[in-house]
Amino acid sequence: MSDLENFRTEVRAWLQENCPEEMRDGDITAENQCWGGRQWEFQSEAQKVWFERALAKGYTVPTWPKEYGGAGLSADEAKILDEERQAIDARKPLSNFGISMLGPALLAYGTHEQKAQHLTAIARGEIRWCQGYSEPGAGSDLASLKTKCEDKGDHWLINGQKIWTSNADISDWIFCLVRTDFDAPKHKGITFILMDMASEGISVKPIVLISGHSPFCETFFDNVKVPKSYGENNASVVGEVNRGWDVAKNLLVHERGMLGTMSPLRGTSGPESLGKYAAEKIGLDASGRLDDPALRQSIAQAELDNWAYNLTVERLTDEANAGNGLGAKSSMLKYAASELTKRGTELRMDIEGTTAATIGEDGIEYGSLANNWLYNRAYSILGGTTEVQFNIISKRVLGLPSQ
Amino acid sequence: MPLILSEEQEMLQDAANGFLAEKAPVSAFRKVRDNKPADGFCRELWSEMAEMGWAGIIVEEEHGGSGFGYVGAGVLAEQMGRNLTASPFFSTSVLGATAIQQYGTEKQKEENLAAISSGEKLYALAVDEGPRHNPSRIAFSAKPSGNGFTLSGAKTFVADGHVADKLIIAARTSGEQGDPQGITLFLVDANAPEITREYTPMVDSRNAANISIDGLEVTGDDILGELDGGYGALEGILSAGRAVLSAEMSGSAQQVFGVTTDYLKEREQFGQKIGSFQGLQHRAAHLATEIEMMKSAVLKSLKDLDADFDNAGMTCSLAKAKTGQVAQLATKEAIQMHGGIGVTDEYDVGLYFKRVHVAQQMFGDAGFHSDRWAKNSGF
Repeated sequence: MSDLENFRTEVRAWLQENCPEEMRDGDITAENQCWGGRQWEFQSEAQKVWFERALAKGYTVPTWPKEYGGAGLSADEAKILDEERQAIDARKPLSNFGISMLGPALLAYGTHEQKAQHLTAIARGEIRWCQGYSEPGAGSDLASLKTKCEDKGDHWLINGQKIWTSNADISDWIFCLVRTDFDAPKHKGITFILMDMASEGISVKPIVLISGHSPFCETFFDNVKVPKSYGENNASVVGEVNRGWDVAKNLLVHERGMLGTMSPLRGTSGPESLGKYAAEKIGLDASGRLDDPALRQSIAQAELDNWAYNLTVERLTDEANAGNGLGAKSSMLKYAASELTKRGTELRMDIEGTTAATIGEDGIEYGSLANNWLYNRAYSILGGTTEVQFNIISKRVLGLPSQ
Repeated sequence: MPLILSEEQEMLQDAANGFLAEKAPVSAFRKVRDNKPADGFCRELWSEMAEMGWAGIIVEEEHGGSGFGYVGAGVLAEQMGRNLTASPFFSTSVLGATAIQQYGTEKQKEENLAAISSGEKLYALAVDEGPRHNPSRIAFSAKPSGNGFTLSGAKTFVADGHVADKLIIAARTSGEQGDPQGITLFLVDANAPEITREYTPMVDSRNAANISIDGLEVTGDDILGELDGGYGALEGILSAGRAVLSAEMSGSAQQVFGVTTDYLKEREQFGQKIGSFQGLQHRAAHLATEIEMMKSAVLKSLKDLDADFDNAGMTCSLAKAKTGQVAQLATKEAIQMHGGIGVTDEYDVGLYFKRVHVAQQMFGDAGFHSDRWAKNSGF
């Protein structure tokens, strides 16, 4: 037996023995995931047990080096772990922006001390991170950001505002893009900085969306003092001052990779097969077909597209593991996933008809289908709009000329 | 199993690419189209392909083939789709070889597989009986008579039916039109006097024929697979055909997209490269994404056929549905983005547009396969 087959056997046995039944519910959503952080409370004993067992094994961040709390798995091993986890419908023991976005950027650009402090805390679920990228005047045109960061000798002084800061109200730390040089060309004066959300001068205001709810916030910086260093060689700035765009770009690839690997027709509530769901709600005709031919065709097409999409995630991952990096193709996955996600909830709304188009006494209920349907409109906007992804694909994948 | 090609398969791809670019590029296809040889393809070229082991690409080595399986066949078909290579590869090496290798008796394998692998004999599969693909509506009759059956009926759109040495006919031995039970496959000599073949070249200049049979006597030995239970075998053969045809269409779509992006990079209008216009960039980016989805579906269907032939039906439907849509989009966009030159006969993109249309009609279009998927999924 090859090493990988041995590993699969071990992982399968380990999951069987250590993942509590309750954590294998097949319906994995943003609401029932374990996010971690200072304010985190486990939703159940099973969630806590699962998290602690995974942590002890390094499986909260399986590919990270052991010295920073990971299990040091190779890409092939991590894929096996993921496959075996999904085979029993187990939730991830921990998921958050620290793992999916900041971690990879720190692994690429951080000093040993930065990694030791921050990666370890992320792996242990101690710190929940949010991302300070967008600004009111700089959404899709991210590099035109204006939040000002001044060098005050022993500290940085930050003034400005971020918007669309997901979960800023419940996060502990923020990784942020700030402008350190207003005279340089716009990509050259940006710095990537880490700060504690408890710092004096930071305030947060949630944003209400058309869905009635959202994780988004506005985040304000009013003379916030950020120390130059959290300890020797542990700077608050990641990478070089004024060179934060490099870090940001690296991180955006991970963000798009993460957004692009969502399972689009799932995770919106309800079963994976829209067709079966529709059959239950609408019924079948005498020939066994859904009693609404146009809807049936739309559902079948969406399911096939979803299948092709999932296979593409698998293929591009396999190609990346074989040495051909994903690179700008992550923009393709991001685009495709956001469109499919929207299609999924639109179809659910059509299947439910007027039933789903009602409103409760307290407004649109959080987690309801209508709430997801409205919220999902944001998927093709957040993390870079579809149009921005198209620009990236045109230039970086297809090599089309700039105007 | 990772969703990528093995080193061996990549080598096959490189070899195919090199050979076809030299011996069977689009210009060679144009010659066939314009000179109209009676066969509709070049026999010498087919012999050379056979010598390289392509005619027997899926045939196991013990029967004279090269044993590359369906991923191997797909790798070749993709390159043929890029070059619009005209050959009986699909009808003989994919459909004929699959039918006999998967469902034939030992005797049938001995008699036919080596002849396929050597390129000596050509095969054709006769399924459809009307303008739209619909294998469950088979009415072609096979009535018991004496020790065997009498075949009578008509078939349409039989790829390479005009030159085939042997025909595989899906006929009804019992039951009513629409029943999956009661279908039987017969392997018959195409030159029997009871068989009339009308060559019906398609809009893409590929070969097909209408075939009618009037009172052909056959015996139990001519049955391929099981009596009355041929529908399953037919589905298997069609699955293989759908996957490999998808690979061919994927090759055409990728090629035409490459030609189009090259054009966008060099053509100037309004004093600028047209590829710098966002209106075109965004459509190209959308299409590039769809092409990635198509490639994954095609490779998965080929891998599934190699890993578990009997259960690959739905991934083959996925591949055919996805490829049908994406390849059509790619060829339509190619014409539109090229502007006037795109609709000239002299320029190649129109050839791909026509080819993809015919391939999309063959063995079910995207609508057929999404219907099949829905039915199989219980809705």
